[in-house]
Amino acid sequence: MKNQVKLYALSTCIHCRDTKEFLNKCGVDYDCVDVDKLQGEERRQLIEEIKQTNPACAFPMLMIGPKVIIGFKKEEIKEALNLE
Amino acid sequence: MNVEQLYEFLREKQEAKGYFFNRDTPRVFDLLRGLQQNMERYGYMCCPCRLAANDRVWDRDIICPCVYREPDVAEYGSCYCGLYVSKEWNDGKVPAVYVPERRPPEKTFGVR
Repeated sequence: MKNQVKLYALSTCIHCRDTKEFLNKCGVDYDCVDVDKLQGEERRQLIEEIKQTNPACAFPMLMIGPKVIIGFKKEEIKEALNLE
Repeated sequence: MNVEQLYEFLREKQEAKGYFFNRDTPRVFDLLRGLQQNMERYGYMCCPCRLAANDRVWDRDIICPCVYREPDVAEYGSCYCGLYVSKEWNDGKVPAVYVPERRPPEKTFGVR
C-alpha cells in the first residue's frame, strides 16, 4: 500500500461505499482493500493487523497516516484530510 | 426471489414488528443486494456491513435482522447498516447519526 490514506472495507457494506464515493469526490488518492474478498493467509494476517487498532473489526476503517477513523464520519474525515 | 420480491416479503413482516425500511429506497435495495450476495457466498444473510466468519452458528447474532437491531433502533433510530429504522427516524424526527458497532469484540475471534 503506497498511499498515505488506506481504506479497509467490505464489498457489501454501504457505509464503505459512501466513504469511497466521498474520497473519490474529494479527489483523495487512497488504497482500498475489500477484506471480505481476501482469502487464506493474506486475509488472516490482515484481520490480525486490523484488530490491533480496531478490535471490533468494524468497517469502514480509514487510516490517514497514524489516525484511524472507523465508520463513515464525514466531518472527521474532512478534518483529518484538511478538506473544506 | 429477486430484490423487489425480497423487499415486499420483508417489508410486510418487519413493519408488523415496528421496524421500517429506510426511506432511501435505492439504498435499501443496495443493502438487500448485499444480503443476497452474502446468502450466495455463505449460505446465510450475514449483515452486509459486518465481516462474516463463514460459520452460520458463530454468526447467528449478525444474521439479518441482527440481534443488535432492537437496541440500536431504540437508541439511534437505525440499525447498524441502516436497513431498518424507526418511524420517527424516517419522519426526520430523529437525527441520522453514525451507529457504532454494538457486537462484542470477542465475537470477532470467529473472524479469521
